[in-house]
Amino acid sequence: MNLPATSPQQPATSEIHIAIRSTRPQLSAELRELWEHRELFYFLAWRDIKVRYKQTVLGIAWAVLQPAMTMIVFTLFFGKLARVPSDGVAYPLFAYAGILPWTLMAAGVGASSGSVVGSPNLITKVYFPRMIIPGAAVLSGLVDFLIAAVGLALLMARYGGHVSWTLVGLVPVVGLILLLAAGVGGFLAAVNVKYRDVRYIVPFFMQLWMFATPVIYSASLVPARWRVFLALNPMASYIEAFRAVCFGRPLDWAGLGLSTLVTFAMVAVAVRAFRTVEQTFADYI
Amino acid sequence: MITVDHVTKQYTIGTVQARYGTLRDAVPNVMRAMTRRFRAGAASRRTVINALNDVSFRVRAGEAVGIIGRNGAGKSTLLKVLGRITQPTRGAIDLYGRVGSLLEVGTGFHPELSGRENVVLSGAILGMRRAEILRQFDAIVAFAEVERFIDTPVKFYSSGMYMRLAFAVAAHLQPEILLIDEVLAVGDSNFQKRCLGKMEEFRSIGRTVLFVSHNMASVVRLCQRVILMQDGAVVADGPADQVTRRYLQSGTGSPAERVWPDVAGAPGDGIARLHAVRIRDERGRIAPTIDIRKSFDVEVEYWALQTGTRPTVSIHFVNEEGITLLVSNDFNNRVWWRTPRGPGLVRCTCRLPGNFLAEGQLFIAAAVCSYNPDLVHALEYDVVSFQIVDRSEGDGVRGEYAGNWPGVVRPMLEWHVEPIPTAVAVFTTSGDVLS
Repeated sequence: MNLPATSPQQPATSEIHIAIRSTRPQLSAELRELWEHRELFYFLAWRDIKVRYKQTVLGIAWAVLQPAMTMIVFTLFFGKLARVPSDGVAYPLFAYAGILPWTLMAAGVGASSGSVVGSPNLITKVYFPRMIIPGAAVLSGLVDFLIAAVGLALLMARYGGHVSWTLVGLVPVVGLILLLAAGVGGFLAAVNVKYRDVRYIVPFFMQLWMFATPVIYSASLVPARWRVFLALNPMASYIEAFRAVCFGRPLDWAGLGLSTLVTFAMVAVAVRAFRTVEQTFADYI
Repeated sequence: MITVDHVTKQYTIGTVQARYGTLRDAVPNVMRAMTRRFRAGAASRRTVINALNDVSFRVRAGEAVGIIGRNGAGKSTLLKVLGRITQPTRGAIDLYGRVGSLLEVGTGFHPELSGRENVVLSGAILGMRRAEILRQFDAIVAFAEVERFIDTPVKFYSSGMYMRLAFAVAAHLQPEILLIDEVLAVGDSNFQKRCLGKMEEFRSIGRTVLFVSHNMASVVRLCQRVILMQDGAVVADGPADQVTRRYLQSGTGSPAERVWPDVAGAPGDGIARLHAVRIRDERGRIAPTIDIRKSFDVEVEYWALQTGTRPTVSIHFVNEEGITLLVSNDFNNRVWWRTPRGPGLVRCTCRLPGNFLAEGQLFIAAAVCSYNPDLVHALEYDVVSFQIVDRSEGDGVRGEYAGNWPGVVRPMLEWHVEPIPTAVAVFTTSGDVLS
């Protein structure tokens, strides 16, 4: 056996230094590590998507069928029977343009809030920045969203949406929705590790949130004095903005700005909550 | 290089409560538990255990260190802290170099995905870059020998194929510090040998290896230095053979006997718990060395804790290379197997004949199991160890030959030898006609 010290293949003294302390690591160090592991966001999201439609007959078509069927039900009950006003746009298009961003958010929160508890085999066996887990869960919903967007394109062609270069405005709106979902979902994921009550609260909470958000109805239906509260719900602004872009209407910049602030605050709270408990995840799962 | 400096890891556990028999009892207790949770006094009802207690040591680059100890000694917790899976309560650890931790085989594998997809995914989770995985892909698949099934979902793999592929990914991760926990306990002996070979290769190129194992034989083979842990603390740290000997002797003073004096602390469950394991020579004495020509007994005692159950004892003989030579089970005694057990102590003795196992160090793993349903009540590796010696005094299998004599068994077989009458002339080497 070669003496290791004289072996020519011995790796050069590594510059990598990992310090493990009983205190929480610096935020900057954690963010740097998150960046180093950025490929893992992609891999975990890719795994979720691959696995999601395995052994289904319709496969990824479900991504567009689900919002389409919801849209049909909403159109029948709210569009035809209840005659909910839809800002002068055909109700199917109006509903779909609300369901689509809402589903992106709701699916993201649903998947990420259960993601940490659902990955004991990773958390108890290997180290990587834990924030990637809820992050990837949110990201995997983006693929479903993009496929479901085909339905939106068809409806816009049929009912006369505002097809122009301004549609690129959807990109930042979608980005903000993902960020919001990661904030809410990441916070819930952290709490869920110790308090499994989260699993029962989330579906109920999402339902209430949907009613507090203009998905089925239009924000213009809300009396002016209540609008302030609506502005505190970032999802309300994002869906309104999403529709405004699709229908070629003016944007509510003030509301959007406030919602962006709320979203970033939510992300900050989530990161803080997550970092407080992430070191002990393995002990509770 | 690794430095571990006064590391303590505490776990807080709630006090164990008695089970509630009826729903009527359970309801008020649930209520009480709920109110207690919100009261400040809750902390007093909890116990703190030190899974690691002031552990300090240093490992130089290129060193291979084995970590041994009984179940619950803190070995796995130590690896988890080093692998950043859980945080220490106190103390500091510094690791210089890229760390790869192999706490199980198949981390990140998803049963629905194909072998190809899992290699990429698992590689990424273990810390490889995408480009690195793609470059090593062919080598990984070749090492695992699963080329034909690489596009089949791994849920259809045999457990052997699954293990091979999973280990192959981990083996091609090229960290400077490798943390390994028991992964070699799985797979067939041929594959285990390859895993050990891969780890030895690792060490020989100056990588640092920290290896937690129950398998003394592979620890001795791979590591020059061994750390022995007990109750969360390091109790010995030194040359591999010395520390492993001490480990095997701990408790009784003889590596050939192991006794758990009280039922509560013995390995097992509510049905059966081990009490003692001994090696006795042909004269009934507890003996760490056995003459190859003589028979000897392996004695296992256990508490049967319930009537109506039929626990059975099985013993595994493992040699220094980690190869299981044989497994034997007391249900081979058919009369006993059909006899209902009463609660109490049971002694099972297995006789091994003389001139059967080859010389060398042997380790016994003892288990108490039930069949239908299959349950493992207790399983302890390396419970006792003993040496089989061949003194080559002329009446043994090797006669007077004192050189290397390979083989894992050394039975005295019957040879029939006779000259063949022949009409053909037989020549000696010198060319003279012999007959």
